[in-house]
Amino acid sequence: MALKIVKGSIDRMFDKNLQDLVRGIRNHKEDEAKYISTCIDEIKQELKQDNIAVKANAVCKLTYLQMLGYDVSWAAFNIVEVMSSSKFTYKRIGYLAASQCFHEGTDVIMLTTNQIRKDLSSPHQYDTGVALTGLSCFVTPDLARDLANDIMTLMSHTKPYIRKKAVLIMYKVFLKYPESLRPAFPRLKEKLEDPDPGVQSAAVNVICELARRNPKNYLSLAPLFFKLMTSSTNNWVLIKIIKLFGALTPLEPRLGKKMIEPLTNLIHSTSAMSLLYECVNTVIAVLISLSSGMPNHSASIQLCVQKLRILIEDSDQNLKYLGLLAMSKILKTHPKSVQSHKDLILQCLDDKDESIRLRALDLLYGMVSKKNLMEIVKKLMLHVDKAEGTTYRDELLTKIIDICSQSNYQYITNFEWYISILVELTRLEGTRHGHLIASQMLDVAIRVKAIRGFAVAQMATLLDNAHLLTGNTQRNGICEVLYAAAWICGEFSEHLEDPMQTLEAMLRPKVATLPGHIQAVYVQNAAKLFATVLRKHEGETDSHAAQETSQLLIDRLPLFVQSANLEVQERASCILQLVKYIQKLQQKKVEVAEEVTALFAGELNPVAPKAQKKVPVPEGLDLDAWINKPPSESESEDEKPKAVFAKEEPKHSRSRHTEVDEKELARRREARKQEQANNPFYIKASPSSQKVYDAPGVEHIPVVQIDLSVPLKVPGMPMSDQYLKLEEERRQKEKAERKKKEKKKKREKRGKERKADSGPESEEDITPAHQVDIVTEEMPENALPSDDDDKDPNDPHKALDIDLDKPLADSEKLPVRTHRPEVLKSPAEDRVNENIPQETKKRSGKETKEKKKGKEKDRKRSKEEKKKKKHKEVEEELLESQPEEAVQSEETKEAATPPTSTSAEEETAPSSAAAVDTSSAAAPESEPDEPKDAEPEDTKSSKHKKKKQKKEKEEKEKKKKKRHHHHHHHHHHHHSDAGGEDSVQNGTVEEEEPLPPMSNYSLLAENSYIKMMKEDADQVYDIQGNHQDESKVVVSVIFENKSDSFLKSMEFNVLDSLNSKLQRPEGAGAHDSLTVPFQLPPGISNEARFVFSVQSIVMPQKLKGTLTFIVKSDESSTHEKLDFKLHFTCTSYLITTPCYSDAYAKLLESGDLKGSSLRLEGINMPFHHLLARICFHHHFSVVERIDSCASMYSRSIQGHHVCLLVKTSDQTVSIDAKCDEPSLLGNVLDEIKQTFSKC
Amino acid sequence: MIKAILIFNNHGKPRMSKFYEHYTEDTEQQIIRETFHLVSKRDENICNFLEGGLLIGGSDNKLIYRHYATLYFVFCVDSSESELGILDLIQVFVETLDKCFENVCELDLIFHVDKVHNILAEMVMGGMVLETNMSEIITQVEAQGKMEKSEAGIAGAPARAVSAVKNMNLPEMPKNINIGDISIKVPNLPSFK
Repeated sequence: MALKIVKGSIDRMFDKNLQDLVRGIRNHKEDEAKYISTCIDEIKQELKQDNIAVKANAVCKLTYLQMLGYDVSWAAFNIVEVMSSSKFTYKRIGYLAASQCFHEGTDVIMLTTNQIRKDLSSPHQYDTGVALTGLSCFVTPDLARDLANDIMTLMSHTKPYIRKKAVLIMYKVFLKYPESLRPAFPRLKEKLEDPDPGVQSAAVNVICELARRNPKNYLSLAPLFFKLMTSSTNNWVLIKIIKLFGALTPLEPRLGKKMIEPLTNLIHSTSAMSLLYECVNTVIAVLISLSSGMPNHSASIQLCVQKLRILIEDSDQNLKYLGLLAMSKILKTHPKSVQSHKDLILQCLDDKDESIRLRALDLLYGMVSKKNLMEIVKKLMLHVDKAEGTTYRDELLTKIIDICSQSNYQYITNFEWYISILVELTRLEGTRHGHLIASQMLDVAIRVKAIRGFAVAQMATLLDNAHLLTGNTQRNGICEVLYAAAWICGEFSEHLEDPMQTLEAMLRPKVATLPGHIQAVYVQNAAKLFATVLRKHEGETDSHAAQETSQLLIDRLPLFVQSANLEVQERASCILQLVKYIQKLQQKKVEVAEEVTALFAGELNPVAPKAQKKVPVPEGLDLDAWINKPPSESESEDEKPKAVFAKEEPKHSRSRHTEVDEKELARRREARKQEQANNPFYIKASPSSQKVYDAPGVEHIPVVQIDLSVPLKVPGMPMSDQYLKLEEERRQKEKAERKKKEKKKKREKRGKERKADSGPESEEDITPAHQVDIVTEEMPENALPSDDDDKDPNDPHKALDIDLDKPLADSEKLPVRTHRPEVLKSPAEDRVNENIPQETKKRSGKETKEKKKGKEKDRKRSKEEKKKKKHKEVEEELLESQPEEAVQSEETKEAATPPTSTSAEEETAPSSAAAVDTSSAAAPESEPDEPKDAEPEDTKSSKHKKKKQKKEKEEKEKKKKKRHHHHHHHHHHHHSDAGGEDSVQNGTVEEEEPLPPMSNYSLLAENSYIKMMKEDADQVYDIQGNHQDESKVVVSVIFENKSDSFLKSMEFNVLDSLNSKLQRPEGAGAHDSLTVPFQLPPGISNEARFVFSVQSIVMPQKLKGTLTFIVKSDESSTHEKLDFKLHFTCTSYLITTPCYSDAYAKLLESGDLKGSSLRLEGINMPFHHLLARICFHHHFSVVERIDSCASMYSRSIQGHHVCLLVKTSDQTVSIDAKCDEPSLLGNVLDEIKQTFSKC
Repeated sequence: MIKAILIFNNHGKPRMSKFYEHYTEDTEQQIIRETFHLVSKRDENICNFLEGGLLIGGSDNKLIYRHYATLYFVFCVDSSESELGILDLIQVFVETLDKCFENVCELDLIFHVDKVHNILAEMVMGGMVLETNMSEIITQVEAQGKMEKSEAGIAGAPARAVSAVKNMNLPEMPKNINIGDISIKVPNLPSFK
C-alpha cells in the first residue's frame, strides 16, 4: 500500500501540472486548439486513474480550460470525486472546479448532498469554509432544502470565519428555497448584533439584499438599523444600511424625517467619499419621498447640491460622474436648486469623457426654462458640429429635440427659431434620426398656425436644395425630412411665394431615387400645388401659365407612373389622368380652378388622440345595429358631422366609456397608439396630462402676432443664431411695454394659460411668440397605471416576499436531515413505537459515540432526558426555547415537531421526498384545527404508551427486524465513514426517539458478500419543460458489505426497458454501467443514488440489473457479481401532495375521474393507523377525516390525480378510488392491497 | 450583488473569470470579449463606470473597472452596490494580490489562477462581499496555504523538486512571455477602510 502511494507520487511528477499546461498553451500559439485537445485527452486519461492526486491535478487543469471557454461538464463526476477527497488541498480544487462549472442543470449535483453536509460539519474550519464558498456558487433548490438546516446551525458556529460565510450563504439558500426564510430569519436578525464585525457586515449584507426586493417586509427592522447606523464605524456596513434606508423611506415617510439629521451629520463628518455619496443619495431619496408633505427641507437640499457640486468639480472623473448622476435625481423634484448650477453642467458637456457628457445632457433636459432654452440649445448645436462619432452626435440631436419639444413646446418662445434649428439639424451628416426631425417639422407646422408661412418658406428652400440631402446615399436617414417638407409645402401651399418653383422642384427626375413613401407624398402634394397654381392664375386673361403647369405635370408624372412602388404608381397615374382631363378643359377655356381646389378643400386640424372616442353617440343611434345588410365600408369618416365633433366634446360620453371594460380599453389604446405612431398627421400626445383642449379650438387659440421685426423669409438656409439676438431684443421690448400695462389684467390672462404654474416665476415674464395648439391624451378614469407591470413574474425575489413578522408556525421549521426512519412518526405510531428492543443492540454503538461527543452535547442531552419525563412540559419548553438552542436544533426539533403534526404530514422525510416538504408547509393552513386535535391525543397516547406498546409490539416485530438491520448499517456507516459531529447527532436521535414501525427499504438482492437494499423511489420529481412526458425517478440503494474483505470497483448496471432508462453520464453508451462512487471496507454500508428516466407511469416496472464488484482480501481478489431486480411500483410515482377539501370536492365533481374500488377483509388495526400506512407506503395525504371515513389524495409525477375514499367497519375496509388514469389506479389499488395482505 | 468578476489583459485574454450566475462557456467568452471591447477603448483618465450592462442581467447593472499596468479588473454589479465602494474593493483585491504574490504581475495571475480564485473567495462569496479587511483576508489565505503545504508533506517534495527542475529546463521561459513581467503598480488611493 505504502509503495503504491510513493509510486503514485512519482508518476505524478511527470504528469503535466497547471503551470505546465499554461506554459504549453503559450508555446503553442499557432495551434492552440490542437494542443489543448491533446491536453484534454491526457486529462481524460488522468481522470481514469485511481490516484486522487492525479485526479485533482487533472481537475485543476480543467478549471483553467473552462476559463478559456472549453466545456468541461463531462468531468462533473470526477469533480465530485475530488471534492470528496479527505485532503484539504484536493477538496479545495474540487470545490473550485464545481463552483466554476456546476449549475442547476448539472445532474451529479444531487450526489453531492451528503458530501457537502459532511464537509459543513467538518472539525476543520477551512473544510467548512471551502464547502460554503463552493456551495454559494452552485446551490440548487434541492441542495438548499436539504442543507438549509445545517447551514443555519453554522450561523452560530464558534468561529466567526464560519459564521460570516454561513450568514452570507443564507441569501442564496433563501433564493432557492424561500420556505427557509421565515424559520431562519430570527437567527439572521440576531447576527446583526454579532460581536464580530465581519459577521455583522455579512448579516447586514443579506438583509439589505432581501429588503431591496421586498422593502415593506423589513420596515420593522428600521429601529435596529437606525441603531447600527449611528453606532457602526464600518463604512461598508454604513453604506449598505444607508442604501437600505433609501429603499425603505418611500414606504414610510416618518422614517425619512428621522433620517435627515443623522445623515446630515454623516455628510458633514465623513471623509470617505463613497459614504458621503451614498448619504447624499439617501437624503435625496428621503427628500423625494417627503417632497409632497414637507417643503421645509431647503437646507438639506442645499447641502446636497452643494456637496454634489464639490463632487462634480472634483478632478476625479468618477466623482464627477456620480455627482451628475445624483444631481439628476434631485432635478426631478427640486429643479430650481439644480438650475443654479447650469454653468457647471454646461461645462461638463465639454468633458472628454463621453459618459459624463451623456449624464450632463440628461441633466440639461430638466434644466431648461423659457429663459435659457435658446442659449442651451445654441451650446448643444455647437457640440453637434464638434462631435466625433455618430452615436454621440445622434444622442445630442435627440436630446435637442427632446429638450425643445418637452411638455408641448412649453419652453419655446420663438418657433421661427425652432424651425431654423430643425433645418440646421438636417445638415447633419449620417444621422439616423431624420424621421425625428421630420415629425417635429410636421408637428410644429400643423399646430402652430402662425408659423406656417415661415415654415412653408423654409421647407420650400429645403425642397429646392434637396440634392444636398440626398446627394449621398449614406445620408438616407436624413431624407426623411423631405417627406415633411413636401407635405408642408403642399398642404399649406397658400403661403408659398412661388408655388410654381416648388412644384418644379418636386417633380425633378432625381426625386425618383427617394424612398417610395416619400415619392408618394411628393406626387400627392404636387397635385395640391397644382391646384394652388391654377387658382392663382384664375381670372387672368392669359391662361398660358396655367396650361404650362398642366404640361409640366403631364411631362413629369409618367416617371412616377413607372415607379416600382405601388403607392407612388397608383397616385401618379390617378393624378396624371386627372391633369390630362383638366388640360382638355383648359384648352376649352373652362374655369377649373375651383373644382380642382375642392379636391383638397378643408383644413387639417390637429386632432386629439382621444377625440374620436369623445364623440357622443346621438340619441336613438345604435352603433351595433347594421345599417345595411352587408357591412358597409364606404362610409367615410370624414363625413361625420363636424358640428357634433365640435360642440359637445369633453363632457359627454363619460358613462359610456366606463362601461367598456378595462382590458378592451387598454387593447384599443394600444392599437390606436400604434396607428398614430405610424401616422404623421396625428399629434403625438405629450406625457404630461392636461385638460383636453376643445378640438375645433384652433380658431380660439390666442395667437400672438408674429413680430414684424423678424424677417419672414430668410434667404438660403436659416441661421438660428439670428433668432437668438432677435429674441432677446423682443423680450426687452416686451418688458418695457409690460411696465406700462396694468398688472392685474395680465394676471387674469395668464390664469387662462394652461402652463402658467410651471417654470420659475421669472419666466412668466416671457410670453411665447406663438402659441402651441395643445391636444393631450387623457387617460380613461378607470385605466390606472398598474404597479405590477414592472414586476417580472420570473423574478426569483418575488418568492421571497414573505411576511417575517408573523410568528413561526411549527410546520415551517426547516427540514432536519436525519435518517429516514427517525422522521417517520405520527401520533398513531407513538403508541406502537418503542425503543426498548433496540436499546440493547444499540448500546455498544451509543457508548462509543458518547465519548466522541463534546461536553456541550452531553449537557444538552441530559437536559433533554429530563424533559422526556414530563412530556407535556417538554413541548412548551422546547417551543419556547427553540430560538436560543441553536446548536442542538436537530434534536430539539425532533422532539418539538410531533405534537403538531398529523399523520398525513408525518411521514415527511425531509431528506427524501421533495413533495413531502411542501405538504408539511402547506398543511397547517389548510387544516388549522389539526394541531389542536392532535395534541390531546398525543398526551393521552403518552399515558397509555406502555400498555399499548406491549400489545402491539408483537405485531410490529417483523417489521422492526428489518428496520434494525437498516439502522444498524447506518450506524456503522456513520461511525466509520462520517466520523464527525454529524453521526453523533444522528446517534442521539436514534436513542431518544422511538423507532417508527414502517420502512421504505426493501431488500433488493443479497449474496455472501454484499447486500443491496432499495428504498422505494423516494425522490420523485418531474422535469418540466425539458422532456415533455418524461419524468425522472431517483432510486436510493444501500450497499452493505457483509464479508470480511474489501469491496471495490462496484459497477451498477441495469438493462433499460423501452419505458425506463438508467441515466448515464453524457457520452456513455446505453449499456455501460455506472461506477458506484465509493468503496466498501468490511462491515460498512453506504448509499448511492441512481436516476432513472421513465416515460409512462401507469404500469409498474421491473428492471433487471447486475452489480459487479471486486472482492479484495489480503491474499486474493476476485470478481463477483450480483443480479437483482428493480421494482418500480406505481406508488413510487405518486407524490404526497396536500389538497384542500374544497379543491378535492371540485375535482370529484368535475367528472373527469374514473372510479374503481377495493375491499379488504380482516384488517385488524385502528383506522388512523391504517391511514398512516396508506399515507406512508403509498404517498397519499389525508384530505378530510370524519369518524371512520376519510378522503385521501395524491398526485402522480405526471399530474394524474388519485383520490381515495376509505371507509372501515369492523374488520372490513372499503376503498373507493378515482383517478383520471384507470390503469394507474388499478395498479395502485393492487399495491395497496398487497401492503395490507402482508400484515 | 456582484454578478461577475473578470480579469483580462490589454489584449482581452482572460486571466481569471468568476461568474456568480450561470452562463454557458460560450456566453462567458462572449461576455468577456464584449466587456473587453467596451473597456479597452476608453481612455485612461475617464470615469471607471460603464452603464449598459446589457451582457449580464440588464439595465440595473454597471461595469466598474480599474486598469493596472497590463490588466483590467472588471466587476459587474447591480444597483445595490456602491460604485465607489466597489472601486475600493478592486483596490483591496489588487493590494491583496500584491501582498500574496509579492509584487504581483500578470505572470503570477497567468500561472496561478487557482490561487487568485482562492484569494477572491475570501473577499467575495456567491456575489456578495464577504470581507474587506485586507489583513484578515491575507491571514485566512495564508492559513490555508500552510494547511496545503503540511498536507503535501513528504509526498509533495519530489513533485516540487520536479517542478523546479522543469522550470530550470526552460531557459526560454521569459522569452515566451512577451508582456514581460511588468509588476502591477498599486497606486496609493485614499483608502476606503
